[in-house]
Amino acid sequence: MAQQLLDRYIAGSSVIHALDARVKLVLTIALIVCASLLPVGAWLALTAFTALVWAAIIASGVGLPTILRRSLLALPFLLVVVTVIFSVPGRPIFRLPLGFVTLTATDAGLLRFITIVWKSWISMQAALLLTATTHFLDVLRALQALHMPKIIVALMSFMYRYLFILVEEAQRLLRARDCRSAALQGSGGGSLLWRAQVTGRLVGTLFLRSFERSERIYVAMLSRGYTGELRSLRAQTLDRRDLRVGLVVGAILLIITAQAFVG
Amino acid sequence: MLDVLVRSLVLALHISDGLLSTSISALFWILTVACVAWAVQRTNRALDDRQVPLMGVMAACIFAAQMLNFPIAGGTSGHLLGGALAAIVLGPWAGVLVMTCVVALQALLFQDGGIVVMGANIFNMGVLTALSGSAIFYGLIRLTGRQSWGLMVSGFIAAWVTVVLSAALTSAQLAASGTASATVVFPAMIGVHMLIGIGEGLITTAALSFLLATRPDLLPAWLGNELSGKSRPISTRQILGTGLVIAVLLALLSPFASSAPDGLESVLERLGVAGSSGPTATSPVGVLPDYTIPGLEGGLSTILAGLVGVLIVVAIGYSIAMLIRRRRSVARDTKSMTTS
Repeated sequence: MAQQLLDRYIAGSSVIHALDARVKLVLTIALIVCASLLPVGAWLALTAFTALVWAAIIASGVGLPTILRRSLLALPFLLVVVTVIFSVPGRPIFRLPLGFVTLTATDAGLLRFITIVWKSWISMQAALLLTATTHFLDVLRALQALHMPKIIVALMSFMYRYLFILVEEAQRLLRARDCRSAALQGSGGGSLLWRAQVTGRLVGTLFLRSFERSERIYVAMLSRGYTGELRSLRAQTLDRRDLRVGLVVGAILLIITAQAFVG
Repeated sequence: MLDVLVRSLVLALHISDGLLSTSISALFWILTVACVAWAVQRTNRALDDRQVPLMGVMAACIFAAQMLNFPIAGGTSGHLLGGALAAIVLGPWAGVLVMTCVVALQALLFQDGGIVVMGANIFNMGVLTALSGSAIFYGLIRLTGRQSWGLMVSGFIAAWVTVVLSAALTSAQLAASGTASATVVFPAMIGVHMLIGIGEGLITTAALSFLLATRPDLLPAWLGNELSGKSRPISTRQILGTGLVIAVLLALLSPFASSAPDGLESVLERLGVAGSSGPTATSPVGVLPDYTIPGLEGGLSTILAGLVGVLIVVAIGYSIAMLIRRRRSVARDTKSMTTS
């Protein structure tokens, strides 16, 4: 249940889905790095990156509207960035009286704001496309191929495996609390301290249940021949075609970024 | 409106891609990789094969525990970040690894936080919370001395401080990258997180006392020793390590220190001792003129200069200490020779 609600992977058989996870991961990181390197006002490069990401999203068949809707989730965060409009020195455009202070927006501040938001938005979409078209275990294998420490990869694959089970466990705890703590509409129900204490005990209970679960898992693994090493059947050969796609797209990213600095 | 603002500030601990400058992202990747590599090494030494499933499931547990919330007021709710709790119960190094996995998975699977800025996110919410949380908890529980309220107070303060520190470092990174105005982001982020920290502290203490009451055998051996009074004295290395961590953190925050001259300098200037040339401009031994690295601009230069300064001071202090120790042992040797 929780897995269907939470997991962002969308199964499919497009070219983007079929592309090697390592190539996809490296390209996504390259795109985000290139975007973060761009200077303020590199509109051509930002437009080119947007076109590239959108083309990939359309080719993947997960649906541009889906990705765009998911990318809106990061919007509230941009409230923090709004402050640069008023803090960067430049030619004043408009004033915003806020009772006790008057904020002055500047043209340089506005340009920087738009650049930051655009960069962040593109990066978000690229990352969303990666998770929508690549199963998380493949992302982990790609990370291992890129020399992420073995123990971190092992821990994250365990974490992924039991994430949804423990999320359901947490939801059960919350439901049980709601059933036992009836309150009239509008009245808070219990002091703040009491509410925090109940939540703390829920956390402690979840911790205990997780601990006991991990012991059962370990015993089950031992009885199936676990020796401390995790093995995978999946072959790790890099297709020559995938490599070529990676090199071509990588070159395009470099050209776009270089253009922003030359032009 | 207030609700949206608070929620966005809470979210703001998970920095998105594009919001940090490339140099700040790179700097924090280096710090994070160093700390996580250290943690891997430290846990590998003590790691039996049982630990892998345990820590993996615990990481999932911290993730799920972040969903357990309680209503505060005005539609906002308090919930756990979990760094301090994980570090206290699992130990600092296992805590670092567990929190690293939590933050990395949030970024890779749910896009809570970016990929290129993940180094900074892991440092703020994983490394910093786990290390500072366990250090503060460990220090305070020794100070309060085995009282039953000691556990509560220490747990609360440790959890509260980790949240506020995390928010402060996040604001520092945003301001140093020029993506947010320092004068707005510092008071807003720190103010909101001083409130959120109260929730974190209350939940952490309640969870700790619950665990202590139900399964005290699960809590780390040193915590049991502390509470029952069997503990080792603090070693010199621990003091050195804590001091170094604090110095490095201060160096990272240095670009946001007041650029106005400090008390001594301003007095000197007023008295006309320090003229327009200034002591740093003419000084023949100006290694780091005005606390910057020549050829580098802005905040990064100040940070690097601060780190270099910390290293130099540590090296000088360490060599003086070694020199004194050798002198003493030589003196003791000659004394024992003459007496015998």
